[in-house]
Amino acid sequence: MTDRPTASLQEPPARHSTDPDPPVPPGRRTKIRFDAVRKEFTTRKGSVTAVDDVSLDIADGEFFMIVGPSGCGKTTLLRMIAGLEEPTGGRIDIAATSTDRPEMSMIFQGDSLFPWMTVWDNASYGLRMRNVPKTEIHDVVGHYLARTGLSRFADSYPHQLSGGMRQRVGIARAFANDPEVLLMDEPFSALDEQNKLLLQGELLRIWEETRKTVLFITHSVDEAVSLGDRVMVMTAHPGREKATLDVPFSRPRDMLALRTEPTYGELVFHIWGLLRDEVNQAQAEEMRR
Amino acid sequence: MTTTPVRATSAAAEQDRSPRGRLFRSESATERWVSILSPIVLLVLWELAARLGWVDDRFFPPPSGIASTFWEMTLSGELVGHTLTSLQRVLLGFLLGGVPAILIGLAMGLYRPVRAAVEPLISATYPIPKSALVPLALLIFGLGEMSKIAIVAVGVFFPLAINTLAGVAGIDRIYHEVGKTYGATGMRKFTTIAFPGALPLILTGIQLGIGMGLVLIAIAEMIGARDGLGYLIWNSWQVFAVERMYVGLLVIGLLGIVLTAILREVERIVVPWRRQAR
Repeated sequence: MTDRPTASLQEPPARHSTDPDPPVPPGRRTKIRFDAVRKEFTTRKGSVTAVDDVSLDIADGEFFMIVGPSGCGKTTLLRMIAGLEEPTGGRIDIAATSTDRPEMSMIFQGDSLFPWMTVWDNASYGLRMRNVPKTEIHDVVGHYLARTGLSRFADSYPHQLSGGMRQRVGIARAFANDPEVLLMDEPFSALDEQNKLLLQGELLRIWEETRKTVLFITHSVDEAVSLGDRVMVMTAHPGREKATLDVPFSRPRDMLALRTEPTYGELVFHIWGLLRDEVNQAQAEEMRR
Repeated sequence: MTTTPVRATSAAAEQDRSPRGRLFRSESATERWVSILSPIVLLVLWELAARLGWVDDRFFPPPSGIASTFWEMTLSGELVGHTLTSLQRVLLGFLLGGVPAILIGLAMGLYRPVRAAVEPLISATYPIPKSALVPLALLIFGLGEMSKIAIVAVGVFFPLAINTLAGVAGIDRIYHEVGKTYGATGMRKFTTIAFPGALPLILTGIQLGIGMGLVLIAIAEMIGARDGLGYLIWNSWQVFAVERMYVGLLVIGLLGIVLTAILREVERIVVPWRRQAR
């Protein structure tokens, strides 16, 4: 993480001149800044640009959604902040508030719990790796297991839990680590509709306690509009910013009541319109391969 | 370019939950009776055959005769002595060969340069039958304890190192990524990811090592020892005490069974997250 200095970013920066997006709301600090971020992968067939020239400011405490067709580079974007990929060009900065707080915690797509650890050991993993005192781990992990309804399963192993419960442990693990920003990589995509709705609601309730900056990747337009403060739509091949939209709903939100609002339908419809071309293009691209 | 790997649930765990697994278990009651009865029937047949002269009882003495020799040798303390001697050699050999095998296997699995350097050496030496090394061990270490311990160590090293490597290499990439994003570094990567992730296959390696160790201790003691079960078997042949030879064979077999049973129990305790398919 050498090229991601943690200097505090004070001012909301000047936007790209061609950018029609709503900027970081006035009076709020920038928490994550992408500056002309590019990522190329070199394969045997040549190099492929996965992410091209993404510049973006995410405000402190913002719940920021990125939606795009599969293969558009949105996961690559997230993996670059997480330090799992190095950007080919540009830079990513996260404003730090404390030196002993980790920069980010990630909620992964699919099963990412260590099968050889109990729920408790999984949820406390980040804190234990940082040598946080035992009593503090006890309080913090106990709190988040209670919030996710997992207190009774602290000594269970992941294989004894349902998919939804496993992803709750993933949520508890990320929140307990108390990071600067939370990264979420389609965390609910493997769940059925009912579980997805339940977990989205739980996620929002837990998030309301701390209001940490969230960067959330999804391919679901409904999820993007229900959860986010802002939604960035990405283009396919290479992944670029197509548009960024404000989501005007107040918080705390009622996930179901939200869907009856006319604005909800309009927004979903609008984003689908933006996405349709991209999905078609991605599909055509897939067929050609 | 969404390259996040999706983890597949292990086949063994799936099978355990399936209704087919339960069906097998209900059928297994009769199967268990059959598997208890078949050796008893065989022993009775053997006894009859030896007594009635159907087989040459110089080669196949009746089981009752072997049992009484077994009892006499146990009472005299002779059998316990041989068994403990062999067991000690196998266990010391296990420590001497097994600990480096696990460490090298882990290092090979985690660090590509280590693997690139060590794997060719292992592949090149692995096909050599370990029993063929007994004369070399005698040459280097003489007739003392060390030659026997060393030969077991060499035999145990290979299955354990290879299985540990396979265990680490088979750990899903997502676990390494979780470790990285949650700040696991250095030794912590070994202790929280590589070692527990490879543990099921390490235990398989130990299982194979037990078999290998018993084979090699028998051979090594036949050639260069004055005690131990291998010596007992070889010496009994030389003085034509066939019943004593059978006792030696029986005890080596029992040793294998007991060590495997202990390993199963250890496995149940240290790998509670992987239920046995067996």
